[in-house]
Amino acid sequence: MFENLQDKLQSVFDKLARHGVLTEADVNTALREVKLALLEADVNFKVTKNFITRIRERAVGTEVTKSLTPAQQVVKIVHEELIATLGESAPLNLGGGSPKIIMLVGLQGSGKTTTAAKLALHLRRSGQRPLMVAADTRRPAAIDQLVTLGKQLGISVYSEDPSTPPPKICAKSVDVAKRGAYNILILDTSGRLHIDEELMDELRQIKHLTNPQEILLVVDAMTGQDAVKVAKGFNNGVGISGLVMTKIDGDARGGSAISVRAVSGVPIKFMGTGEKLNELEIFYPDRLASRILGMGDVLTLIEKAETTLDEEIAREGAEKLLEGSFNFEDFLKQLQQVKRMGPLTQILEMIPGMRDIAKQVSAEDAEKQLVRTEAIINSMTTKERKRPKLLNGSRKRRVAKGSGTSVQEINQLIIQFRQMQKLMKKIKDPRKRKGILNMFGLG
Amino acid sequence: MFGKIRDSLSKTRNNFMGHISNLFAKNDISDDLWDELEEVLIQSDVGVDTTLSLVETVKNRVKEEHIKQTDEAKNVLKEEMGKLISSNKPLELDRKRLLTVVMVVGVNGSGKTTTAAKLAWFYQNKGEKVILSAADTFRAAGIEQLQIWGERCGAAVIAHRPNSDPGAVIYDSLKSAYSRKASMVIIDTAGRLHTKYNLMRELEKLYKIAGKQVHDAPHESLLILDATTGQNAISQAKHFMETAKISGVILTKLDGTAKGGVVFAINSELDVPVRFIGTGETLEDIAPFDAEEFVNGLFENGN
Repeated sequence: MFENLQDKLQSVFDKLARHGVLTEADVNTALREVKLALLEADVNFKVTKNFITRIRERAVGTEVTKSLTPAQQVVKIVHEELIATLGESAPLNLGGGSPKIIMLVGLQGSGKTTTAAKLALHLRRSGQRPLMVAADTRRPAAIDQLVTLGKQLGISVYSEDPSTPPPKICAKSVDVAKRGAYNILILDTSGRLHIDEELMDELRQIKHLTNPQEILLVVDAMTGQDAVKVAKGFNNGVGISGLVMTKIDGDARGGSAISVRAVSGVPIKFMGTGEKLNELEIFYPDRLASRILGMGDVLTLIEKAETTLDEEIAREGAEKLLEGSFNFEDFLKQLQQVKRMGPLTQILEMIPGMRDIAKQVSAEDAEKQLVRTEAIINSMTTKERKRPKLLNGSRKRRVAKGSGTSVQEINQLIIQFRQMQKLMKKIKDPRKRKGILNMFGLG
Repeated sequence: MFGKIRDSLSKTRNNFMGHISNLFAKNDISDDLWDELEEVLIQSDVGVDTTLSLVETVKNRVKEEHIKQTDEAKNVLKEEMGKLISSNKPLELDRKRLLTVVMVVGVNGSGKTTTAAKLAWFYQNKGEKVILSAADTFRAAGIEQLQIWGERCGAAVIAHRPNSDPGAVIYDSLKSAYSRKASMVIIDTAGRLHTKYNLMRELEKLYKIAGKQVHDAPHESLLILDATTGQNAISQAKHFMETAKISGVILTKLDGTAKGGVVFAINSELDVPVRFIGTGETLEDIAPFDAEEFVNGLFENGN
């Protein structure tokens, strides 16, 4: 359904290219595609309109009309403007006295409680001593949820009976923090609708009593057009200082981030990227901009590779490959490296232009193949892995039995492996070698 | 009960169709009208493709039927919107079945646990004996949440320890449904993003376990969808339909300003009916989805 904006624009301009020179009307045709792309990504209609006006000013000027690659040029402008709208990531405001207070607010189900725990972990890792406060007395078992998460992390939680009014709980927690030598309080408030005046009043009371440094609005990345009203409601109701976008690990384009940012004017500070409590990332505008445009996320991929891949192993593998001494033992190591980066289709999705391919590849088949290959190699002896030539008929049968595969599959793997070795041996030209090394990020 | 829906829809109406009424009242039939109509529909999460084709259809009909009055044009729009969601039918239980197994699935935070409890309350009032199955063993205190709801609505809750195997919970729930002579089991599952391969696989496994205990179970597999969700709702529905044989959708949190316009998008792209809507935080805030009432409600004049 979501085609890459770049591809769409390319086809628009391909049709236009026959005219030779681009006119304002041509640019308008292209801008319509941009507009549709943003709307499909759930950017608010009015926000999109203003956005397009800004793009038009830049696009109608010399930037696009004189460019040899107008499609790329438009995408570049859109991308730049998106980044500008999303703004820079801002750190948490931790100035002022102790304890510092962070208040989390948002709609029901946006992810406040999980975010509270993630934030607490994030802060403790940077040397702070956080205390979480269970101020959601409305949702059944919300207090238990925070207490359980606190136990998992070994981070203290302050809670009272659910019949206690939340402003009272929060006010008391400040004293508790002072006595217990905690320097940061994270207030987990109940989910509420932005139009619920009574509950907005409760938030104002909490704010009044605790005077928080940060009031963060937690927004689900899947939110649609209403995101604007939510942001306005909370900003007018209680005043917000920052945003946390959650559930960004799904396939939502996250256009609501643009809307919320545009109407509230406050920075996006964090993104929730998974169910695990360490899956909270500092917000990067360029990455989200690429995502909204369906351009893939190379930066995240590189970062993921950097944090999960062992560079030493990767370098060793690449060098051995070139020397022609690469064996199954090395192959297994590389395989395990790739697996650590996560599901293959997820990796593919991060590469520009691969999104559609990722959809077509059956994740099941790809993962299965990896597992089978690994099982085959695991069933070989160390000697066999180092000298695949040892694998005769009876050894192959043993490996097949051990790995739950067939002799044919083992033959196939050996053939593939030999072809790879041959290919590598052929590359004697140092310049080509350089290219290969670059492919591994080792050039 | 319908008064309640009308009340909550009135917020939607004032926002959404109040807008449309104004639109038709102040404009002649012109390109401006169609542009503005597009704008209102898109802002209601109806989606770009659905909006464009809907407006195109209305435009063509107005032209072919030589309609000059804006009121008549408005009725054409109402008719066409009605057609889009006419396939939605309230959930009918098969009375011949001794035990009906209902499973609720959906992404995190869509309102599965609350909806499971509301369904239990709804069907108990209709004379069913309901057992709630706490198969969300993953989320911290997900089990306690369902247990509290169970107490409130008077349904037994079958639960294991946190992080235990949800398949085992379902197995036990169905076994005890037989021994307690319950007529319905409502299974609350863990929230999962539709793009998480392993979690979707797990869902498949849970279906198999249910199916082995009770013939053809789960008989209803309901996707819980937050009404504030944008175009991602379609991707959610598609993915869950692939794995989970979704038999219907429940649209939750319609009490906000959210318009639930995504219903039109889902119905024009996918063949899955909306069964219920959720309109608040208490047990009574659930009602069968009636397409005609929904569209009529949207087009009634705002108060």
